[in-house]
Amino acid sequence: MMTYIDIAPMEIAHKKEKTDVIRRQLPLLTVKDLNVHIQEKHILKNINLAIPDKSITCIIGPSGCGKTTLLRSFNRLHDDFKEIKVSGSVLIDGEDIYGKKVEVTHIRKKMGLLAQRPTVLPMSIFDNVAYGPRLYGTRNKRQLYEIVKHQLESVGLWDEVRDRLKSPAIKLSIGQQQRLCLARGLAVEPEIILGDEATSSLDPISSGKIEELFLNLRERYSIVLVTHTLRQAKRIADYVAFMYLGELIEFGSAHEVFNHPKNKLTKEYLEGSFS
Amino acid sequence: MLKIRLLKDKIARHVMLGLTVLCLLILFIIGTVLLVKSLPVMRDHSLSQLLGDSSWKPFKGEFGFLSFILSTLHVTMIAIVIAFPLSLLTSIYLSEYSSPRARKIFSPVIDLLSGIPPVIYGVWGTLTIVPLISATIAPKFVDFSTGYSVLAGGVVLAIMIIPLIISILTEVFNAIPRETREASLSLGATKWQTVKKVVLRKSASGIIAAIVLAISRAFGETIAVLMVCGNFTDIPKSIFDACYPLPALIANNYGEMMSLPGYESALMFAALLLFLIIILFNAASRLILNQINHRYQL
Amino acid sequence: MRKLEEKIFKALMIGATTLIIAILLYIFYVILRKGLPSMNWDMVTRIPTGGFYLGKEGGILNAIAGSLMMIFGAVLISTFISLPVALFINFVLRKNSTFSNIARFGFDILFGIPSIVYGAFGFMVMILLGIQASLIGGMIAVALLIIPILVRSIDEVAAYVPRDMIEATLSLGATKYETLKVVYRQLMPGITTAILLAVGRGIGDAATVLFTAGYTDSIPTSLSQPAATLPLAIFFQLSSPIEEVQNRAYAAALILTVIILILSFLTRYFGNKLSKSKI
Repeated sequence: MMTYIDIAPMEIAHKKEKTDVIRRQLPLLTVKDLNVHIQEKHILKNINLAIPDKSITCIIGPSGCGKTTLLRSFNRLHDDFKEIKVSGSVLIDGEDIYGKKVEVTHIRKKMGLLAQRPTVLPMSIFDNVAYGPRLYGTRNKRQLYEIVKHQLESVGLWDEVRDRLKSPAIKLSIGQQQRLCLARGLAVEPEIILGDEATSSLDPISSGKIEELFLNLRERYSIVLVTHTLRQAKRIADYVAFMYLGELIEFGSAHEVFNHPKNKLTKEYLEGSFS
Repeated sequence: MLKIRLLKDKIARHVMLGLTVLCLLILFIIGTVLLVKSLPVMRDHSLSQLLGDSSWKPFKGEFGFLSFILSTLHVTMIAIVIAFPLSLLTSIYLSEYSSPRARKIFSPVIDLLSGIPPVIYGVWGTLTIVPLISATIAPKFVDFSTGYSVLAGGVVLAIMIIPLIISILTEVFNAIPRETREASLSLGATKWQTVKKVVLRKSASGIIAAIVLAISRAFGETIAVLMVCGNFTDIPKSIFDACYPLPALIANNYGEMMSLPGYESALMFAALLLFLIIILFNAASRLILNQINHRYQL
Repeated sequence: MRKLEEKIFKALMIGATTLIIAILLYIFYVILRKGLPSMNWDMVTRIPTGGFYLGKEGGILNAIAGSLMMIFGAVLISTFISLPVALFINFVLRKNSTFSNIARFGFDILFGIPSIVYGAFGFMVMILLGIQASLIGGMIAVALLIIPILVRSIDEVAAYVPRDMIEATLSLGATKYETLKVVYRQLMPGITTAILLAVGRGIGDAATVLFTAGYTDSIPTSLSQPAATLPLAIFFQLSSPIEEVQNRAYAAALILTVIILILSFLTRYFGNKLSKSKI
């Protein structure tokens, strides 16, 4: 067992204590021989990856390396695009989500997605969070209220919005909107949380809040994040996957990858030779 | 629960697909009905007779559509020649040069004006344009004109399609990101050069689409033109002569359709002609648009 | 030299803009001037009496009511068809799929078909089915006319719905149909504007109703009765040799314009109200 404390300076001198523990858990999400082609271009090449459960895995790499494409193939968002061809398998709980008889909405429920820019739905704050539960049949007003309250509390929004639950969600600040999206995603009780550069459009304080949330959430969920800065990965990652030009170059615990990278490319990237 | 949701999804998709197919089917049905109804007159007359002859004597069974086809083309051409430059200039001004306050006033005005019914334009045309042509413009060029003419039809149509072109063009221009213009300006170009070389070039396909739409609209406009064109069956020799576009032909004679043999079929043939022209026109402009997009990689 | 070119074009542009605004304002002015003298309460509250077309009393309530009923029915029919179709092409079909390209091309053609062709077609169908010129005939013909207009307008605003929003909804495990319900809220203002556009086009079009709706002096009480419409009222009255009747045509034109203006403002108002939650 390895533990260490990593202190990273933030713009606002925030001290973060992080314990890195290698847990022996069965990976929840496994990727086997995943290949993605967009028209003629081979975007993802033979990706094989096992995402450990109840931890934060950060996918890092220079822009254009395919990180976002990989993330989006986890909840089959490529389905709608004729030009995108996916082959290989992605297994969740042992079930291949690209299998023949799979019902895609069932799969997507297991995962929550936080996009780069907050994607609030055109309705009130309350209705945003209640959207998922209502979809799955919860109609009871009391129940819905409890769920909304619980999720808003868990993302730290409750006190800020309790008086205006019925006002349009679009009126919130960007940072609040992103937290709202997180609350909304959690309300459907997923198993995996996907984040696509979820803090890149936020100011440092909001970013910090979201990172804190991720750190709390990893006790209960598998979190996969595409991070746009190495610093964020260093702050919160338990595991790191390094990608370059569509290939998975290296994967390991954050400590290993950051301190003892096995691959030359990884080393160069971490040193800042290219970004 | 999931099953019901999936079922709803399935049903919704099928309903939507069905409605879409239904609409496209209507297109085929219209074409077929027109074709079938035109068969009698096509059987009795050769195609070159119908399209090339200008003698229109229904009582004698003579159906030469040439003057109607030419009238339609003339009137539409004049409308576009007048409307396009004016609309283009105005749209450029509104989107590139005018102040936001001016835009706030002009935009709703133009919107409103695209909503005015054609029959109002027809009324206004008879009140204003026809006397204007008859008394002021025509005497400079020809001996006599009643004012009910190709020119009148063209002018009225032009005014009708101007708000349409402007609204499309302003949208097209607004779609060009601010950064593109700024890039040109920061290289030292003047506003006008930016407009000429950057804005217009990038919106080329949008401009063509606007023209196509406007021509389509002008082609088929019936009532406004009918009221000012004179409804005279000879081929117009100048823009000051009366004319008789195809839509007006159909509209004016529907009452007598039943009384003469072959008349109904002839009028359906006129409708078929309009239908085919629109299809060919749309197909051609699609091709041109694709070419342009391909060429300039827009 | 460059400066000169810019100056010339700027002058041309301002000239063009002022000319257009001036012409359009002039149109309003002429209609007002010609129509106002013959306007009175009778025009909007009474139907024509026997001597109306000879210059005696009455009004065009028959046409006002007929037009309003017809456009209401036509919008009902066409929205039920156009909205699902536009949503289907934009959100259910994959982007750039062959079918969506074919469909769009088909609707382009339908959009360009002259209203007289719809009228003639409607008439032929009515003869075939043995329906007489009536309110329902007019409704269907006008619906045919405005379906492509609605589809096209909604299609255009649909492009502005952020892709993210749809993906966020899908990521929550929604079915395609359920995402449409969310998209619909986002599109509300756009849809309302589209309907207004269609109403403006449909209510003022004479060619569609010429053959299919008939004309009558009374207000229709059932769908199978003939109905008078404002454009036809204007047209017929204008063709009368009696000056009194001609003047009433201008008043009718004024009434039609006012109705359109009211609809315009209503839509702007509702459009703004409904975009509260929209992104």
